[in-house]
Amino acid sequence: MSATVIPYDVKPHPLTGMYNGKFGIWLFLASEIMLFGALFSTYVLLRVGAPDGTWPIIGAETTRGDQILNVGLAALNTAFLITSSVTMVLAWANLKMGDFKKGQTMLLVTVALAGAFLVVKYFEYSSKLHHYAVTFDEHFERDGVESRTFKASTDNGDRTIHYLWGHVEETKKDSEGTILGYVFAPDPEPGHEGAEHKKVEIQKSEIARLTTWGPEGSSFLGCYFVITGLHGLHIVGGIVVMLWFVLTGSKMWKSQPDKYANRIECTGLYWHFVDLVWIFLFPVLYLL
Amino acid sequence: MGSSAEEIRGHLKKYYMVFGALLVLTGITVAVAEMHVSIGMAVVIALFVASIKGSLVACYFMHLMEEKSMLIWILAMCVLFFLVLLLVPMFTIHEQDVGFMQRMNGLSPR
Repeated sequence: MSATVIPYDVKPHPLTGMYNGKFGIWLFLASEIMLFGALFSTYVLLRVGAPDGTWPIIGAETTRGDQILNVGLAALNTAFLITSSVTMVLAWANLKMGDFKKGQTMLLVTVALAGAFLVVKYFEYSSKLHHYAVTFDEHFERDGVESRTFKASTDNGDRTIHYLWGHVEETKKDSEGTILGYVFAPDPEPGHEGAEHKKVEIQKSEIARLTTWGPEGSSFLGCYFVITGLHGLHIVGGIVVMLWFVLTGSKMWKSQPDKYANRIECTGLYWHFVDLVWIFLFPVLYLL
Repeated sequence: MGSSAEEIRGHLKKYYMVFGALLVLTGITVAVAEMHVSIGMAVVIALFVASIKGSLVACYFMHLMEEKSMLIWILAMCVLFFLVLLLVPMFTIHEQDVGFMQRMNGLSPR
């Protein structure tokens, strides 16, 4: 009995006009549109419903994400992903032209650019997870440090929120390990970025809420970490698949070059989709 | 898509041109954001530029222009459903205004 052969893995299927693998990856990408679409919808609805001064984080003066995110790093990452899309399509094109070595090199460059994207993302995440927002029930002033305020308008009139952004330098604990307070280094006031870095001790009892700029920091940061985290997982998935082909590709290339080029084409379709998602994420999260 | 070695060689220049266009459009997106135009205008410009960039990636890198119309219909339906699902909850926001106000009144930092 002959071995079962998966039909149309190289030649186009008469109904779809493409080989089955490609049709499969396109259907997968269609489902991915809905996955990321649901998260985009969540983002838009949360933003439209956010009370004044709470988007992207409590105390924000505008609703733009770049108040708390680093646009320069994100633009750099955009350039990395766009370039990786080109190297990906060049990997496929070189394989189709019969140049295996150049095709594999382009694939490796794509992996490197994807890695660079993740490294930048690590620094972005890290800076958020070590940055804090502290809110107070009442006006706070000590050692020359004063809480900033904003007024949220509600049906019952204005409500004043007292807050500081900055870094927790030290956590004060008693002998039993109970937290008593924090040594806090507030960010300089806007327009005074070069000012001397002050520190102030804040008792735990004075604090209404203390959070990092991590996912729990605000609705925006929750959206930011979930969406960019899911996108980052897609990058990791792409790296694993591409590395697999970099390491094992030569075997299939020798026996079935067309099939190998098709696999790289499918990987490329996925990779371009990951790039495409970032193209929308960048302005929506960072610039609006 | 047409994928003989000769045809693909002809496509290479196109890939580089799309690459250049994508970088320029990214620069435009950042530059417009730095100009701090009104939020409505910023949304329109940013999404318009992102749509052009997305279309370039889909049409040229993903070769969507050369695919069968059936595939394009499937993807178009997907995008349509996404937009409908995005817009449907928008119509309910007026009904929720009371809820929003209540939550804002109780806006507690804790």
